[in-house]
Amino acid sequence: MTEVPGTYYKYVIEMCGVNKFFGEHKVLKDISLELSSDENLVILGRSGTGKTVLIKCIAGLETYDSGEIYVMGNNIGEMDDFALNDLRKNIGFLFQGGALYDSMTVEENLLFPLQRNARNLQEGEMSDLVDEVLVSVELIDAKYKMPQELSGGMKKRAGLARTLVLKPKVILYDEPTTGLDPFTAQGISELIVSVKERYKTASIVVTHDMKFARTTADRMIIMDQGQILAEGKYKELKMIENEIIKGFFN
Amino acid sequence: MFKERLNKFLIELANVSVFTASTVRHIFKRPFEYREFIRQLFEVGYKSFGLISITAFIMGLVLTMQTRPVMAEFGAESWVPTMVFLSVIIEIGPVLTALLFAGKVGSRIGAELSSMRVTEQIDAMEVSGVYPMKYLVVTRVLATTLMLPFLVFYADFLALLGSYVGYTLHNTIGLWLFIRESFDEVFFKDLIPATIKTFIFGFFIGILSCYKGYTTNKGAEGVGLATNSAVILSSLSIFIIDLIAVQITEIIL
Repeated sequence: MTEVPGTYYKYVIEMCGVNKFFGEHKVLKDISLELSSDENLVILGRSGTGKTVLIKCIAGLETYDSGEIYVMGNNIGEMDDFALNDLRKNIGFLFQGGALYDSMTVEENLLFPLQRNARNLQEGEMSDLVDEVLVSVELIDAKYKMPQELSGGMKKRAGLARTLVLKPKVILYDEPTTGLDPFTAQGISELIVSVKERYKTASIVVTHDMKFARTTADRMIIMDQGQILAEGKYKELKMIENEIIKGFFN
Repeated sequence: MFKERLNKFLIELANVSVFTASTVRHIFKRPFEYREFIRQLFEVGYKSFGLISITAFIMGLVLTMQTRPVMAEFGAESWVPTMVFLSVIIEIGPVLTALLFAGKVGSRIGAELSSMRVTEQIDAMEVSGVYPMKYLVVTRVLATTLMLPFLVFYADFLALLGSYVGYTLHNTIGLWLFIRESFDEVFFKDLIPATIKTFIFGFFIGILSCYKGYTTNKGAEGVGLATNSAVILSSLSIFIIDLIAVQITEIIL
């Protein structure tokens, strides 16, 4: 939908030696990772290990103290507000609680970013696009509902639909299954996989749920206390003799 | 201790200045959020009419009832309409209306933006390519700046009616004659500085309330703190601006 401002890029996202402090506390320690354009990368870690801060740095919602982050070839640390805003149209972000605008219906939540970023579309076309995305996340019946009327799982689906409506090239998921029952969580993980196939997006999923990670990940990273402990596929990680890593598999 | 507090105050002042500069910069950048701006005019203006009406009417009534006996003692009862009306349009009307406005609108803006911040709705706007400064802050600041002067004019008018009711409790006078007498000593030099300062009151109520709500970062506790400090800061700014405005008016006129 929107043109990617960067030129050539090998990875959709590339982080090189990123460090981040909150006061004296170092929350990210020398983080380096890459994400290919057709990949689902899952970042596993216990609460408070800096996973959410990491993806917020990628989306430009948090600043970082040193290192470099490239999103589609653009060094986001060197971009001004307006350039970053343009780039963000290609990044989707699903927040933990959905972050739906509580004064708007589900339909209005989806139309809100569309009206501001897809000015070439007619109203009818926007409406069709909203319906199409709502159907794909199985939420078309909740189109006219307010966020307060939705369950936790529905809120996450609506949040994902709002992200998808802009057809992003990469989606960042912040704990998509937290607070959901196992059945709903299973539904969300299947949805994430189907979104990747249908919309051809790359994604980084932050979670502490190994069962969910196994379903959705092409590759996994395990984080602890702000640093990357291990990286690889499910079977490779399972073989590693490390107490913290073992903890996720048990 | 004092040094720490001073340091904190100066940092906060710098942050408010940066926030204000950013807001002003976004006012002139396209796209303009007309719909939200109109909605905010309705929210901050129309929805304040009830409170302003009651307060302004009572203010005019009480002021007249309390002033009249003293003036009568000096044989200057006929000056009551002029004196009350002058006090209302120069000082009491703008300041009292602005204080009520700060309480009602400032708290609403502080609570609304801070709860949007803690539920990540503002972050969600940012990542979907929408400028929250433009959509949330600019529209609210412009609405408070433009609506407060109208509300003050309206409050002045209702205070005049209240004053008439208070005056006619002890005297007989027609409404038109009362209004003519009230306006007898009112000149543009009284009205213009009072009007200019209401625009400034409105701007500062908007900007400080938005700043407090927009920059909150302490979860649910932060919502309460932001709401509270939005009202306190806005109210305090009204008195400081009023003090400066009086000095400037005295120098110029």
